[in-house]
Amino acid sequence: MQAATDTPPSDRNLPRIGRGFRLQWEPAQSAHVLLYPEGMVKLNASAGEILVRCDGVTPVDSIVADLEKRFATIGLERDVRAFLDLAAEQRWVEWV
Amino acid sequence: MNDIATDATAAPAIGPPHWLLAELTYRCPLHCVFCYNPVDFAKHEDELTTAEWLRVLREAREIGAVQCGFSGGEPLQRNDLEILVAEAHRLGYYTNLITSGIGLNEQRIGWLKEAGLDHIQLSFQDSTREVNDFLSSTRTFDLKRKAAGLIKAYGYSMVLNCVIHRLNIDHIDRIIALAVELEADYLELANTQFYSWAHLNRDQLLPTREQLVHAEAVTNQWREKLGSKMKIFFVVPDYYESRPKKCMNGWGNVFMTIAPDGVALPCHTARMLPGLAFPSVREQNVRDIWYASEGFNRFRGTGWMKEPCATCPEREKDLGGCRCQAYMLAQDPAAADPVCDKSPRHAELVATVDRLQTPREDAAVIPLVFRGRKESLAADRLF
Repeated sequence: MQAATDTPPSDRNLPRIGRGFRLQWEPAQSAHVLLYPEGMVKLNASAGEILVRCDGVTPVDSIVADLEKRFATIGLERDVRAFLDLAAEQRWVEWV
Repeated sequence: MNDIATDATAAPAIGPPHWLLAELTYRCPLHCVFCYNPVDFAKHEDELTTAEWLRVLREAREIGAVQCGFSGGEPLQRNDLEILVAEAHRLGYYTNLITSGIGLNEQRIGWLKEAGLDHIQLSFQDSTREVNDFLSSTRTFDLKRKAAGLIKAYGYSMVLNCVIHRLNIDHIDRIIALAVELEADYLELANTQFYSWAHLNRDQLLPTREQLVHAEAVTNQWREKLGSKMKIFFVVPDYYESRPKKCMNGWGNVFMTIAPDGVALPCHTARMLPGLAFPSVREQNVRDIWYASEGFNRFRGTGWMKEPCATCPEREKDLGGCRCQAYMLAQDPAAADPVCDKSPRHAELVATVDRLQTPREDAAVIPLVFRGRKESLAADRLF
């Protein structure tokens, strides 16, 4: 919760996978999953694509640009930021 | 033999086992009166070798297991723990160590961290030296504080589990205070459920209604005070419920335990159930055990149910409760869990709970049975 509430929006620029969580591709689920103590979240395709780019060194702008290029589209920033805020609330990501 | 598995109406498609619990050993330096290891554990001491465990880890991962718990007994008693954790990590498991902390020192936690261990759950018996030593029958309390310090220092979240019962429930305020002092992130106050050694000691361990109400009130005061700083889970004894738990989230649904001698089980106490052949990983591979063994298919889905479960509108919600509890309390593993107030045997359970509200006159002369090898070898019952 600290990440979501204590970090001012202007500083929410470098997301990385939260402490205690592990992101990996799971062949048995045909999906990216987030693993944490005694649990697992199965991610849909777009959540997986965003989270694999959260490496703690890539700024949100670059993540958005990369996704727009990869999927040949534009205007993803709002959705990506909304997802990252939600993910931070769940502690899936934290801000560096 | 597999008629249940092939009956499409009774058994939906079987998913992968998400959880692999590797009970590496029944050896343990503690002698807890509520231990969930089988009462006859000392008759199953032929432990899997390192090579056999490595094969089990690979086979379970191949069919989709993602969480791997290392427990026991005390898993730190195995000096190949680091090798097994490293392989589990390499295979892509999220690795969990469930430990009393005895045997955890700076060198071992360093090795475990390097091996890729993701998570540690530390168990505490009580917050005071006197009661803790009494209940675990060894002088371990200072060691546990040290273990807690190491866990924090190596960057793990601090997850404390304290088993609660009649003899320590009135200390709950101090237990929570200790967890705060140790900067725990999560505290699980898990009331003893009555299996195995706890079942032997049931009359001395079941808390009274009054104790439970008080303990929950104290817990709630702390929750308010602590906010999101520390998350506290309070687990009520099944005996005080009127609906059963969905035990193991369903038999053979997501969970597989491998006992120290290689016997594969749908839960860590299922070994007590009569008339079920649970295969060993020494004889069969994990895939066949999970999908095709009689032991894992016997209580999958709802097709095995009798009344009142078979036509109960809540049958999918709790799947009839716990098979072991049904066996222990109603002498039939296919009966409704007597915790459920729809069970014809529920009234007996209520009578037992009522009887235990007042301590027996002779309570002082009924000794607690501490878990031990000698007691285990002498045991003439399985729970």
